[in-house]
Amino acid sequence: MSPLEGSYFSYGIPYLPMESYPGKLIAVEGTDGVGRSTQIALLREWLEVQGYGVVETGWTRSELMQPTIDLAKSSNTLNKLTFVLLYATDFADRLEKVIIPALKAGFIVLSDRYIYTAIARAGVRGVDRGWIRNLYGFAIVPHLNFYLRIDEKTLIRRVLQSRGMDYWESGMDMKLGDDIYESFRAYQRVLLKEYSSMADEFGFRVLDAKRKVEVIQDELRRQIAAFLAESTAGHPAFSRTGEVG
Amino acid sequence: MEGIDGSGKTTQLGLLAKWLKSAGHPVFMTEWNSSALVKAATKAGKKKNALTPMTFSLLHATDFADRLLYHIVPPLKAGMIVLADRYTYTAFARDAARGVDRRWVRELYSFAVKPDLAVYFRVPIDVSVERLLARRVKLKFYEAGLDMGWSSLPVESFRIFQGKVLDEYDRLVEEFGLSVVNAVGSITDQQRVFRRLVSQHLQIEHDEELVDESA
Repeated sequence: MSPLEGSYFSYGIPYLPMESYPGKLIAVEGTDGVGRSTQIALLREWLEVQGYGVVETGWTRSELMQPTIDLAKSSNTLNKLTFVLLYATDFADRLEKVIIPALKAGFIVLSDRYIYTAIARAGVRGVDRGWIRNLYGFAIVPHLNFYLRIDEKTLIRRVLQSRGMDYWESGMDMKLGDDIYESFRAYQRVLLKEYSSMADEFGFRVLDAKRKVEVIQDELRRQIAAFLAESTAGHPAFSRTGEVG
Repeated sequence: MEGIDGSGKTTQLGLLAKWLKSAGHPVFMTEWNSSALVKAATKAGKKKNALTPMTFSLLHATDFADRLLYHIVPPLKAGMIVLADRYTYTAFARDAARGVDRRWVRELYSFAVKPDLAVYFRVPIDVSVERLLARRVKLKFYEAGLDMGWSSLPVESFRIFQGKVLDEYDRLVEEFGLSVVNAVGSITDQQRVFRRLVSQHLQIEHDEELVDESA
């Protein structure tokens, strides 16, 4: 039996029992360069205009862990397990301090990447797939999971046009080759495959990210509007008066 | 080596290391929560009292993973005797006492190497408090469980928190077959029991002359 949206994936955090909180958690997942942040910024604007309170959260943005993760990345001493555990610590911090309080208060939480990023990255690095899923058993199942899917070729061009290829996003730690282009390509290919294999398991709503920004945004809005209309009908926290949270 | 603060385990471990080294065994020591990688985050978190039971647990697991890679597996491969001042059982006991799911934390550490011998120095809470206060040790914030808000008085909080930790250790003794040493007796008596346990498990010569049987 798969866990319900808004509850814990598995064992959870015993000292923070999840009740049916009024907020909603929406995850936007996808590799680098698929335009997640652009889509999230547009969604936020659209939701706020309608009177919904919105909280955004990203990957590795916790106050507690950001300096350590930056340090570890720059000093190159991370091995795959410590890498995975540092990210899990960061996520736990944001879950307890940002996500859960926002859900309690009736906000819509837009998550720029979610645990799937960590699960996919760990999977391609050979970390035990059962273990990593148990590790994130304390995460909350999002109400909606969007996966912006892109092909390798388009992805490479977009990344080169924007900020270029960096060490970690190119999987250089995996020693796939000395050439950063070849490494990036090989790494992103296995990563995309890993994501695809997770789509059914986690119920991703897959969107083709090759299309124009507006087209993708319309699709996101249509699906979110339908979900909100259904789940918040008659819920006082979501009366569209602007008095959310 | 396991035991709450004030159980005397660090003293015992130091004496054991001396004995092993004098008998010509290569020894490598590793200490709980000592990797450079997570020290910064632990310190920052402690200063701001910003750690929750979950992030506290995960940071310690990160530290452990780092030490396993650099300080535990290589010396084992090199044929050394690794003496760990606290091991995964510390996490099982403390994290559960803080309300983290027991099954989750056990699975979290499933990547750990199973020790050849795990010794638990059991001490009643009163004895431990007495020892710590006699040494004028300032009770540390997290060791005293002050993050849990059970009491604002350090000694009282320590008693409550470490009392729960002791209960968890009792579970672990059965679950993982920890060897228990009564940590109330004299240092020499405890060391004798400890050395006997080690020599049995590691099948090394137990040089009786090093411990005076009449002491």
